[in-house]
Amino acid sequence: MRLLCAMRSVRGNLAVLTAISAASAALPLHAQVSLTGAGATFPAPIYQKWFNQYQSIGHVQINYQAIGSGGGIKSVSEGTVDFGASDAPLTDQQLENYKQKHGGHAVLLFPTVLGAAVPSYNIPGVKEALNFTPEALAGIYLGTITKWNDKAIASANPGVKLPNLDIVVLHRSEGSGTTYCWTDYLSKISPAWKSKVGKNTSVDWPVGLGAKGNDGVAGLLKQQQGAIGYIELIYAVNNNIAYGKVKNASGDFVKADLASVTAAAAALKEMPADFRVSITNENGPGAYPISTFTWLLVPSSWSDQSKKNAMVGFLKWAITSGQSSVESLQYAKLPASVVTKEQAQINLIK
Amino acid sequence: MASSTYISDLLRREPSKTFWGRLKGGDELSYPITLACTVSILLIVALIVAELWSHSQATVQKFGLGFLTSRTWDPNDGVFGALPFIYGTCVTSAVALLIAIPLGVAAAIFLAEMAPPKASNLLTFLIELLAAVPSVIYGLLGIFVLLPIIRDYLVPALRAAFGYVPLFSGPFYGVSLLSAGLVLSVMVVPFIISVSREVLLAVPTDQREAALALGATKWETTWDIVLPNASTGILGSVFLSLARALGETMAVTMVIGNTPKIAASLFSPGYSIAAVIANEFAEASGTLYISSLIFLGLVLFGLTIVINAIARILIIVTTRTAA
Repeated sequence: MRLLCAMRSVRGNLAVLTAISAASAALPLHAQVSLTGAGATFPAPIYQKWFNQYQSIGHVQINYQAIGSGGGIKSVSEGTVDFGASDAPLTDQQLENYKQKHGGHAVLLFPTVLGAAVPSYNIPGVKEALNFTPEALAGIYLGTITKWNDKAIASANPGVKLPNLDIVVLHRSEGSGTTYCWTDYLSKISPAWKSKVGKNTSVDWPVGLGAKGNDGVAGLLKQQQGAIGYIELIYAVNNNIAYGKVKNASGDFVKADLASVTAAAAALKEMPADFRVSITNENGPGAYPISTFTWLLVPSSWSDQSKKNAMVGFLKWAITSGQSSVESLQYAKLPASVVTKEQAQINLIK
Repeated sequence: MASSTYISDLLRREPSKTFWGRLKGGDELSYPITLACTVSILLIVALIVAELWSHSQATVQKFGLGFLTSRTWDPNDGVFGALPFIYGTCVTSAVALLIAIPLGVAAAIFLAEMAPPKASNLLTFLIELLAAVPSVIYGLLGIFVLLPIIRDYLVPALRAAFGYVPLFSGPFYGVSLLSAGLVLSVMVVPFIISVSREVLLAVPTDQREAALALGATKWETTWDIVLPNASTGILGSVFLSLARALGETMAVTMVIGNTPKIAASLFSPGYSIAAVIANEFAEASGTLYISSLIFLGLVLFGLTIVINAIARILIIVTTRTAA
């Protein structure tokens, strides 16, 4: 009798098991694939949001460490992560290094969102958004313009009473993609800057004080009369920090916002096949000149096909549906032309 | 007498012949274990030095000792020099200690010798809480509270009194070597107070009573008898705070100005070794850049050893002349 009971219960369990396996065959219950990435801090908030959203859509667990662009490039080259992220495009040398380490396979760059650096300042008595010409910004950061009432600044701001006050130049002290964007812009508009300083995530500044992070620059700006510094657009908007307009290549003074940053990307005449492009100082109406893409760095060759499928699935989602959630975090969207081009590049991932 | 018979019994006892018997005695076991612990710590130090050295070879080969005396730090052109960082580290630590030592030792004397014991315990507890405050908080307090005070009161006063000395001249932008030194002094003073107080309390009461019995005043007892007895321990507390000041990163980078330049004035911005490593390591690209930052780490290590050695020699010399 007892034996019979046991047999019946076993049969019952079996029935349940069969039901479960039938259900899983019908509803594809993927084994959770997990990917790891590392790199830029600037896009980290939107990446975290995307990875959370995509977990329920694509059943992929993605872990991302915001260790900085340099770290992202290094990690993906050494193969310690599945993908990297950077605010600065890879140099020819870095691409070559990657190929040598990975048997001739390349690493692909995918623009994901756009950001910008904005000039903010603390001048007592000046409440208006100041207009900055490229010559004024280069002069200030080279140390040739030292007073706020200098002609180069005053001539672009008729009607604003600028005091005879020393300019205190602020810059980021740690290596940062924002610094790359800012110095990339200065290198394009000023030959003197290009030859003396150049562009990088940290440079040998001719003048000024270094402050750590956007919060450090913003804190010093608040404390120091006569100070000027550059901060990320997102940080400025989220913290209600006032900032100036910058004259673009078509001659308009443009205030940075989501539309003007996307306009800078759309103004790009020719997107190179590898997406390594700088969109600072783009010539287009309403294009904010100190804008930049930020990139995901994805290997073109994968040994683990389930990981590769997960990566491809995420990329396809991020540049299409994912774009709808970027503006809530103050990032600018990719223009449609770039999305189409990226979709073609996704097919190169093998 | 009972205890002495016990000890002689122990001595007379035949040492155990079996392995387990010897282990049970404790000596055979405790010696290798404690030795292994000590050696492992030394090994970690040696490993750190070896790793730093092997990863900084690119810099050593390119710049050699010139790295220590070069003033240029230009990641774009691949030119690196450590002097501005060494200078900033030494100056800020010196300012911090110049303020913290008199302040800390005087406070420790009060807490150990003069305050009622209950009040002393409470105050010491509160002071030790200062040591538990995260350094980023000190940095923020520095930017938002200390900088305006220094700018509005301290700097004008220093300028008025010593403006003719290069050390106290030139423009002041808030973030500076002086500000970093002041923030550091607040951070290290709890170490000096806490350790010095313990050391002062450990001086035997007999010494004090003997001095008082010979007619010394309370202050003479403290100054001439207690302090010299405790001097080695107090210097120990100074070493501890010096180590903290040399290596402090977050609070310093927030108020030092992060400018790799050497200026005679305390009012000008500077840069410290720990701060530049923390700031630039994450984004550093290229072998030479990274190896230069790693070599800076080795320089900081060496700097700590050299300064400690100088301080120890100073102690030996001063105690010899005192004797």
